[in-house]
Amino acid sequence: MATSSRPGRPGRTFLLVGTRKGLFILEGDGKREKWRVNGNTGDAPHFLGQIVNHAVMNPRTGTILAAARAGHLGPTVFRSTDSGKTWKEAASPPAFPKREQPDYGWSVAHVFWLTPGHSSEPQVWYAGTSPHGLFRSGDDGVTWQSVDGFNLHPDRPKWLGGSQEAPPDGAILHSINVDPFDAKHLMIGMSAGGVFESFDRGETWRPLNRGCVADFLPDPNAEWGHDPHCMRMHPSVKNVVYQQNHCGIYKLDRAANRWQRIGEHMPKEVGDIGFPMTLHPRDAKTLWVFPMDGTTVWPRMSVAGKPAVYCSRDAGATWKRQTRGLPAAHAWFTVKRQAMSADQQQKVGLYFGTTCGEVWASFDEGSQWHCLMLHLPHIYSVEAYTL
Amino acid sequence: MKVTLPTPLIEYTGGVREVTGVGQTLDALLHDLDRQHPGIRFRMIDEQESVRAHIKLFVNAELERSLAARLKPRDEVLIVAALSGG
Repeated sequence: MATSSRPGRPGRTFLLVGTRKGLFILEGDGKREKWRVNGNTGDAPHFLGQIVNHAVMNPRTGTILAAARAGHLGPTVFRSTDSGKTWKEAASPPAFPKREQPDYGWSVAHVFWLTPGHSSEPQVWYAGTSPHGLFRSGDDGVTWQSVDGFNLHPDRPKWLGGSQEAPPDGAILHSINVDPFDAKHLMIGMSAGGVFESFDRGETWRPLNRGCVADFLPDPNAEWGHDPHCMRMHPSVKNVVYQQNHCGIYKLDRAANRWQRIGEHMPKEVGDIGFPMTLHPRDAKTLWVFPMDGTTVWPRMSVAGKPAVYCSRDAGATWKRQTRGLPAAHAWFTVKRQAMSADQQQKVGLYFGTTCGEVWASFDEGSQWHCLMLHLPHIYSVEAYTL
Repeated sequence: MKVTLPTPLIEYTGGVREVTGVGQTLDALLHDLDRQHPGIRFRMIDEQESVRAHIKLFVNAELERSLAARLKPRDEVLIVAALSGG
């Protein structure tokens, strides 16, 4: 597909913003100074009134997929091959295998997470769902198949516990990472399930949670049952994986297959609990998080009502608070796990969307923040792309 | 037979609320609707063949919970998407 068929023009940056009431596409000019919204459709969001959990572009084909669900209908995936001008529903959206054994009779409530496949497999996508399910498309999102190696794994009920253990917003399979150096290597995160990885495209799986705290489990050394919130594999440096967990911020020691808590270096009064995590597209030691209040009843809002991004440039050894331009106080919002993203510009742009419908951007790697939009619906996801 | 759709489903029928379909059972009718309007059935019926939580099916104004329910050509089917939340 020609570059010109993708949103925007070469050199420009665009954002796919999934919200509780539709999808917004923001497009910046070459300097990221002027932004317009939904240039193709006017002001109204795509899928007005529908929940859009995640909208993602396949950089190999230019196809955009949107994981959507009207509140009163079943979940589905929409796809656009013309920059969001038109959309067509997947011919067969993600769906679990039909019940053959009593334990396997799940139905997809939400398609929650979308990830394009390896660069050598341009037509491949993966989708994560609630309840926990993993699905694959081999035709750029038109049809979807169950990854039975996970969905029908005999140990799956043990990994995930009972439905009563699911988080308030549902049991979610998220953070699907395809190793940029090995198309067969997948890593996934599951709320109240933990991190698992496969080295054979999802046919077999093993837990990867050693070193992670799980202070809500009776066995602190449990193999699974942990609660990753957002896991990111570095897109260009081998064997670099970070994780924002329910119980802290971690970096994977790949040689030891063990997570190391790097959030202990965060200020104690802020802590290291949060949902999102974003990596620098080229520098493997630079990452950003957005801490939230994880004390007492877990308010899950900006700590003390003072939103702040924290950046580390040394793989978590030290952290710097980045608040210039953000509200100084009385800002009680959260940034959800897929609502923070980085573009690929030389001076990396950072973007996040809030639960109260604001889109914030920094064009100097977090030093100064600007509000791009106000008054959108509750934001679930933000994905940034530079053409 | 005549089938009346809720507004959340009319994007599958080009904006039309009243459509027609055939089938000797409710299940067969919904499959026929899906043949005519691809994708519409999965928004109402999940992969385990259960009617989704907010969908109600009425046959001649009577709530029908079984997809195996028999239909006659002159029956009228009303599909409701129950609204809740904000």
